[in-house]
Amino acid sequence: MNAASLIQAVKDRFPDGVKASHSYRGDATVIVGREFLLEVARTLKEDPAFQMSFLMDLTAVDFSTFGAKRSPAFFSNSGVAVSPSPEFPDEDPWPGPPVSHPSAGAALGAPASHPSAGAALGAPGPAHFVVVYHFYSLPLKHRLRLEVPVEEDDAEVDSLSSLWAGADWLEREVWDMFGIRFRGHQNLKRILMYEGFAGHPLRKDYPVNKRQPLIGPVN
Amino acid sequence: MSDHAGFFTSRLDEALGWARKFSIFQYPFVTACCGMEYMATACSHYDVDRFGAGLPRFSPRQADVLFVVGTISHKMAPVLVRIYEQMAEPKWVVSFGVCTCTGGFYDNYATVMGIDTIIPVDVYIPGCPPRPEYVLDGLLKLQAKIQAQHSSGQRPAAEIRPELERPVFD
Repeated sequence: MNAASLIQAVKDRFPDGVKASHSYRGDATVIVGREFLLEVARTLKEDPAFQMSFLMDLTAVDFSTFGAKRSPAFFSNSGVAVSPSPEFPDEDPWPGPPVSHPSAGAALGAPASHPSAGAALGAPGPAHFVVVYHFYSLPLKHRLRLEVPVEEDDAEVDSLSSLWAGADWLEREVWDMFGIRFRGHQNLKRILMYEGFAGHPLRKDYPVNKRQPLIGPVN
Repeated sequence: MSDHAGFFTSRLDEALGWARKFSIFQYPFVTACCGMEYMATACSHYDVDRFGAGLPRFSPRQADVLFVVGTISHKMAPVLVRIYEQMAEPKWVVSFGVCTCTGGFYDNYATVMGIDTIIPVDVYIPGCPPRPEYVLDGLLKLQAKIQAQHSSGQRPAAEIRPELERPVFD
């Protein structure tokens, strides 16, 4: 399936679960509520129409400071296209970070979740964290990105380690770096940082100068 | 101490230093991409065996020189110190690559900002990664240092860098 039909198929199965979708540069993305995550993931894996046998990646993004600072000018003049070229119009551009609790109108309608647009309309801001899943179907050669917005005070989603064994370590990494818990994970402990490390270093509120060496000076 | 004793110890130091500097048994503590350059130096094109350092030992108890090659994280730091402590005297440490010298371009929660914060270092070879010629230059400097070492274990003073003494604006 191509990106558009993939998104439509997920929307047809889960009309309540899919909050938003887009396909920036042809990469299909579906944003689902976390209460639907396990159900959507199981369908993606087991349904013959999807057959997403491969969990390519599982990570998270901290959007809490998104848009607060401009990107370095380096990227704009580096020759890498940062905005869609007029020669290749983007049919369904990236709408910005997913909102935490979009209203019913924004849930299935056009993307209206850009932070500036959201603030003008009085809608809730972007989600604090977004857990990102990349699925690939080895037999059908299509891929889909699943995004699940979560908030800091209740950063917990269902574990997918019962469906893809590879999710085990990836979820431990997300827990280690972002402090997002995975309900149902059998062994949710740090995987990269050492025992005794306090905090989660890829959170934007982790002080960039904070050092916690095991031995030696705090440099 | 009489002049004769001084004469004999200095001759003994010279012989010991000569023997030690041409039979460097190195322990490569390779953690990152600098290891590729270390291998290039060790292989036949640059042939570190010309300088008597061609036999890496993978047990610290059999090694003289600890080559710390690559970024050292805070999680790895206790392991590095333990390896260093397992080596028998006399021992030397070479800091290979800019990450081990200063932390390099890393300045974050994970990286040790230079291994000299946790163990003593004899020779620094900066570079990201250093060219094999640069590594061999560092090896020659280490050999000079080994040659000049007193049998009591006292090491020579740090190398004087006249190019750093020169005023920048004159």
